[in-house]
Amino acid sequence: MELEARDHKVFSRVGMWLFLLSEILIFGGLFLVYAMYRAKHPADFHAASLELSRFDGTLNTAILLTSSLTAVLAIFSLQELNKPKHAALYLAATIGFGFAFLVVKAFEWAAKFQHGLYPRAAELGTRPHGEILYFGLYFTMTGLHALHVIIGMVVLSVMLVWVLGKKATQKNSAALENAGLYWHLVDIIWIFLFPLFYLIS
Amino acid sequence: MTYARYIYVWAALLVLTAITVTTAELNIGRAGIIVVLAIAAVKSTLVLLWFMHLRSESRLLLKLLVPIAIATLAIFIGLTYTDILTR
Repeated sequence: MELEARDHKVFSRVGMWLFLLSEILIFGGLFLVYAMYRAKHPADFHAASLELSRFDGTLNTAILLTSSLTAVLAIFSLQELNKPKHAALYLAATIGFGFAFLVVKAFEWAAKFQHGLYPRAAELGTRPHGEILYFGLYFTMTGLHALHVIIGMVVLSVMLVWVLGKKATQKNSAALENAGLYWHLVDIIWIFLFPLFYLIS
Repeated sequence: MTYARYIYVWAALLVLTAITVTTAELNIGRAGIIVVLAIAAVKSTLVLLWFMHLRSESRLLLKLLVPIAIATLAIFIGLTYTDILTR
């Protein structure tokens, strides 16, 4: 039995969503660890969360939400409007926003290192147990998320080359669509990381 | 015109972010936590439905995957909590 192009598209989408499901469970497990330790050390978590810059977190939220907009516009430009040049521009913008997110994150992490608030630092060792756990989770979860942003930027860069080289076209856009799904998932994970680390105190 | 709907969703996401940060600044305690987490849930629903096109997804399987993931997590987290809170 021969597969039709339409079936192929559905299968690739099902595969992508199953992968995204596994990603949700990875971060879900970390959220569970966070919730457990927060229930155990509410006062320490409160004190530690005051060390984070709410401004940086909000700025990065706005950057990542905007990058999701440009990602969806890239797909729309190629699939619905058949304008590969617009799609390429939107992809480049998305990658640029991803980079801006990482720059803000780098400044944030640098400030934490300066204040001695990183795993196994002497200064952090003098803090209560709950604060040590908080910063361990902070670096693990934002670090794993930043890794996802970097992977997403690499994938989007490949898509940019494919769109320019006509390997991804209006009729053959499944890869671009899946790349977009991945990028949006990374955005959704940040939507939850942001309140957990920066807002709840 | 169709560009516009994505812009509206993006604007809504930014407005929700502003509301959630303002709520946190007000320091209203336990109620604030609920509001902030509810807004995160609304924001991710907007992204899932509009940006990830689940709204126009024709396959029931794909429509159900995210609720399945949420249900699985709810069971994990719920069971773990019944353990910690009753120790």
